[in-house]
Amino acid sequence: MIEFEDVTLSYPRAGRPTLRGVSLQLPEGDLCLVIGGTGTGKSTLLGAVNGLVPHFTGGELSGRVTVAGRDTAHHQPRDLADVVGYVGQDPLRGFVTDTVEDEIAYGMEQLGIVPVAMRKRVEETLDLMGIAELRNRPLVELSGGQQQRVAIAAVLAAQPRVLVLDEPTSALDPTAAQDVLSAITTLVHEVGLTVVLAEHRLERVMHAADSMIWLPGDGTARHGAPAVLLGEATVTPPLAALARTLGWSTVPLSVRQARRRVEVETVVIEPPPAPDIDEGAVALSARHVEVRFGPITAVRDVSLDLRRGMVTAILGRNGAGKSSLLWALQGALSSAGEIDVDGRDPRRAPASEARRLVTLVPQTAADLLYLSSVAAECAQADAESHAEPGTTAVLLARLGVDLPGDRDPRDLSEGQRLALVLAIQLAAGAPVLLLDEPTRGLDYASKGQLHEILDGLAADGTAVVLSTHDVEFAALASRRLLLMADGEVIADGTTRDLLASSPAYAPQMAKVFAPLPVLTPLDVQRGLR
Amino acid sequence: MVHPWAWWCWAIGTGLAVSGTTNPLLLLLIALAVIIVVVVRRTDAPWARSMRAYLLLSLFVIGMRVLFQILIGAGIGETVLFSLPEIPLPDWMAGIRLGGDVTAEGLMYTIYDALRLAVMLLCIGAANALANPRQALRSVPAALYEASVAVVIALSVAPQLIESAQRVRKARRLRGDRTQGLQALGTLVMPVLADAIDRSMALAAGMESRGFARTSGLPVAGTLPVMLCSVMAALLGAFLLLSTSFAEAALVILGLGIAGTTWGLRRAGSRLKVTHYRPHPWTWRATGVAVSGLLVAAVVFALGWFEATYDSVHPSTDPLVWPELTAPMLLAVAFCLAPLPLTIQPKFRATASVRTDTRVRAVRSGVSA
Repeated sequence: MIEFEDVTLSYPRAGRPTLRGVSLQLPEGDLCLVIGGTGTGKSTLLGAVNGLVPHFTGGELSGRVTVAGRDTAHHQPRDLADVVGYVGQDPLRGFVTDTVEDEIAYGMEQLGIVPVAMRKRVEETLDLMGIAELRNRPLVELSGGQQQRVAIAAVLAAQPRVLVLDEPTSALDPTAAQDVLSAITTLVHEVGLTVVLAEHRLERVMHAADSMIWLPGDGTARHGAPAVLLGEATVTPPLAALARTLGWSTVPLSVRQARRRVEVETVVIEPPPAPDIDEGAVALSARHVEVRFGPITAVRDVSLDLRRGMVTAILGRNGAGKSSLLWALQGALSSAGEIDVDGRDPRRAPASEARRLVTLVPQTAADLLYLSSVAAECAQADAESHAEPGTTAVLLARLGVDLPGDRDPRDLSEGQRLALVLAIQLAAGAPVLLLDEPTRGLDYASKGQLHEILDGLAADGTAVVLSTHDVEFAALASRRLLLMADGEVIADGTTRDLLASSPAYAPQMAKVFAPLPVLTPLDVQRGLR
Repeated sequence: MVHPWAWWCWAIGTGLAVSGTTNPLLLLLIALAVIIVVVVRRTDAPWARSMRAYLLLSLFVIGMRVLFQILIGAGIGETVLFSLPEIPLPDWMAGIRLGGDVTAEGLMYTIYDALRLAVMLLCIGAANALANPRQALRSVPAALYEASVAVVIALSVAPQLIESAQRVRKARRLRGDRTQGLQALGTLVMPVLADAIDRSMALAAGMESRGFARTSGLPVAGTLPVMLCSVMAALLGAFLLLSTSFAEAALVILGLGIAGTTWGLRRAGSRLKVTHYRPHPWTWRATGVAVSGLLVAAVVFALGWFEATYDSVHPSTDPLVWPELTAPMLLAVAFCLAPLPLTIQPKFRATASVRTDTRVRAVRSGVSA
């Protein structure tokens, strides 16, 4: 169905080709997962399937890419629209119309399908993706999971034979991600579509994959069976890490497979010790905090103490009030109730002083950057924080990220940019650090690095709070967990207790070793000794 | 559902009518009629909520005009309402007066004029609330398709720019950024524009990969030069017709230009194979709504045309007279309200079923009661 013949792709002014000598064949009806770290060319490979690379993005492509017998060199992406459906990273940005129904019809209008047939196909597609009740809703009012399903429906309506999805679940909470993935597997199994999908959080999708393409980062690509390839790849979802810890040569692709194998091989591990979350001095104390936007109550009567040296994670659905709570604690958002940091209220302090009490790294961290080089940003941060010149640069080096001072912040990878923003925000030396969705767009290596950074900060006595959808990261990085729903904190306790017992939020290791409260491959490693 | 262009036609007609009068009573009645039509006929879509914003904008316009008239207005008329202390200005600013007497005549003149602008704004707001501009743009001819797409993208980029500017500003405060004024604007512009470009690129990639601008066949050679020449000919013709006395030659050139343009547009459009999903049918109701707007304009302009009735649509403010309301004006207001009866949902006429089995079923489920 999709064929790459010795494909090499290089962008001008890039040192080496992004793809080098890639040859592979994807048979019809496969769900193929593209894996690799950030910047290894996943999006480029996906774009090459429907010709967006190089027709739209530029760059030079040698070799041949054919989809359903059509050579992308001679066909523009628009001429392949009836064969390949492409959904980009942020579906909302790709929407052309206002409402769900119009969006689904848009692709067909472009293909010139007669209105009668169009009407029928729209109805069929709405049913297939289970979004019939959303048909008249404006696109901007949909939740992330719904937007993603609408985006898929919108390309499906043109009845392509290949579906290309770039990180379809990265912005979604676990339940919404599940909805999207079950829709995708339905398409593979019931409709017989060929699906090519790139994803950072492999634990969510790998059980459904028929084959896998691994991009090690040197431009080559390896295509093979997931269980084998994951054993070698540098991309390590929890089950692959488990396989490595236990010395298995093939990686179990699902919790069920892993659980059976653990039983067969009678793997015995010691349960980890229960952590203490009541130690450390209180850095921030909030009482009855409430945030309202007009008639909507985003945060309802939240009282909590944040202790020095502790990493706390906040989990909850999209729209549960996680971000609003963080912004309120920073004092950047008006709220009712009391907030106390060292006897001061960050809401009453001017912005430049509030950040010395509580500092926040927002969801789109890049919004904080506006200068043209890393060095300039660091110098500006020193000035803003009234810190010794060089403080931010030292912090950046201490975070373990080595950035040349003349790099443009916009050219950095997600992980590097996050580290830069973190260093800028830490320059103020606040006792409380809040991070809103820090793991979005990070690969496993960057997440590991972020974990180490946060551990180091906590060891230095900072109270760290992060809101996230990434259960595995929360399990790895945090000791205390808050669960939020509908603006309220519905559970507050140790990460271990709360995650191990939760049906929706249990990390994979907890499911494999239930009822033992084991959360991460690291716990398994320690328990084996 | 009435065709979106019908609502736009009604609103534009009403707006034209408003531009032809300064009679405050007539203006207020038209404003009231427009608001009533919007409130009764709007849907619950997000764009239908825009009327409030336009209403506030209109009030703001009136407020500003009155304020400026009081502060720096020239004192026409004799009826002094109150006096502000006059601030002497240097000689080179002769002609501008700060403070001083505020006259009823000057104030009323300003209010009449501001009211006219405010009601025109309301008409635009009404069109926006009743028919989404994007929906309206969906039914343009294929040849103008790409231009309409550009408008659609512009329409979606503008609110996104505001949103990302707000987001960046909010984030910047987290950094303790205290730059103000122009400098702050400079630091804000770059990320916001970068964001807007990213979004536009994502949108363009989405449109491209979904088959936007797929064409069939090769472009017909010579279409572009013909189009250019015809548009220029049409412009020249219009210019000659309006400003010189070569009426016949002008008409010929204008006719040729229009014909050439139409041919070119059809030619260019025929390569696009775009179809429309659930196109809005143009019904007699739509015609009614559109014509009612034009009739409002016709009545008001007719009143302004005849000398006998000119004063009724342009009441004098110096000397100040009480504006009068005449029967033709009420007719204009009635035309403005005409869409209300025109867009009533047709009555549902059902033939009662007399078959026993359905009746028994109905009785069982308690429907007949």
